[in-house]
Amino acid sequence: MRLIAIAALVTAFAAVSAAADERSVQLKQAPGLDKVQGNCSGCHSLDYVPMNSPFLSPAGWDAEVAKMINAFGAPIDQADAKIIADYLKANYGM
Amino acid sequence: MITRRSLLEAAGAGSLLAGTGMAVPRLFAAQAETPLNLPAALPEGMRSEAVLDTLPGKKPLIKLAYRPPNYESPIEYLRTVITPNDEFFVRYHLSDIPRVDAGTWKLAIGGEAASQEVRFGLEDLKQFTPVEVVALCQCSGNRRGLMQPHVPGVEWGYGAMGCARWKGVRLKDLLDKAGLKKEAIEIVLDGADKGVSDKTPKFTKSLPAWKALEDTTMVAYEMNGQPLPHWNGFPARVVVPGWTGTYWMKHITSLTAITKPFEGFWMKSAYRIPLGKFPNVARFSSQETAVNTPITDMVVNSLITSHTDGAMVKLGSTVTVAGIAWDGGYGLSMVEVSVDGGKTWTEAALGKDNGPFALHTFSLHFVPRVAGKHVVMARATNKIGQSQATVLIPNPAGYHHNLVQALTLIAA
Repeated sequence: MRLIAIAALVTAFAAVSAAADERSVQLKQAPGLDKVQGNCSGCHSLDYVPMNSPFLSPAGWDAEVAKMINAFGAPIDQADAKIIADYLKANYGM
Repeated sequence: MITRRSLLEAAGAGSLLAGTGMAVPRLFAAQAETPLNLPAALPEGMRSEAVLDTLPGKKPLIKLAYRPPNYESPIEYLRTVITPNDEFFVRYHLSDIPRVDAGTWKLAIGGEAASQEVRFGLEDLKQFTPVEVVALCQCSGNRRGLMQPHVPGVEWGYGAMGCARWKGVRLKDLLDKAGLKKEAIEIVLDGADKGVSDKTPKFTKSLPAWKALEDTTMVAYEMNGQPLPHWNGFPARVVVPGWTGTYWMKHITSLTAITKPFEGFWMKSAYRIPLGKFPNVARFSSQETAVNTPITDMVVNSLITSHTDGAMVKLGSTVTVAGIAWDGGYGLSMVEVSVDGGKTWTEAALGKDNGPFALHTFSLHFVPRVAGKHVVMARATNKIGQSQATVLIPNPAGYHHNLVQALTLIAA
């Protein structure tokens, strides 16, 4: 029991410290950011967004959002997908 | 190629910041004593997000993305043939990465093109005749961030690569135990890591049977005489000397022999290069289409590790230009260095040969006699006559970047 408790603590600590590192990633404050955070950060840290900037065209960001949904199975509804793509184009586009 | 931009930025980070009006990147704020010397040609957003960060058990690496973790080695870690385990780059596609328990871990070998399924634990693997090879593991997209125009993906600089002495069991010996049939055309490789959502295609790859059965293709359980680090595939990974890292499945859990081409996303849609554009020799015929083919063997390449762009050198004193070179396992014939921007080339001295799949070190001495800029370049050639690209070969995913580097040294 004690070992299990310690293991759980260690796991919890590891998860928290990873999250703390990720929190240093600050995307631009702009309309749609909440949808980006809510829909994208379940599967990956948000540094993937600025890393891929500023060189994608509007069509390029549309393709990235479509890839996340169609190829990687991200459960994002159409309305949110449009808000996310518009945010990316406006803030991290070419 | 020297662009106006790189010349401007060669003068140093100070002028770069002043020139672009950018906020001070965090790497200078947090790590003022250790500038990352990221090439100016990388995307601006990548350069401002990159920081030195330390994963458990690793020395500081350049963090490109936290989750899934993608961390490259600073070039200072790439000055030797062997990259130490704690300096070795980290590359994952998906975020759910379990800590594998070596005591309960099993590797399953079977499939429709095998006569039976067999399962081996870590201690079982060590009962096979061991093989060792010194081999470079390089991400297919190493240097993607230097592609012009930029393409989306992990925007790697020069450090998505490392070379280790791998020890393990031949894939062929493992497949023999499962009774591999002659109908096998591909061997499917699967590992323990996966996506957060079960709708995300697992990172699963296949190798053509001919490559899987080569003497140097193995399941490795040791890296530089030690167990593999968690971040590099503990307790065992596939090692495919000469081929890009995409086939080097980490945390390997199954080898499946099949009679039809594997249909998974990571074979059919990802890791493909246009057909006929690159000088690659190794064919993956069962996966070829009319327009593209899976990436296979690495292209010949080199990296200057002794200096970074814009470095100061002493006028009238000997400067040693040194670095590493490699290819897809055909063997290097020479590395040439130019200290005059490519007008003349001199053959560099090569270090000890650790076999055709290893990094090769090279060095060349020169004395700058004129104050000011000296453009230094390196160019490797292999034994089948391939050399590095002088014009970038564009491709949608930014693979096989082997453009000849040009660094400006300032003599004063």
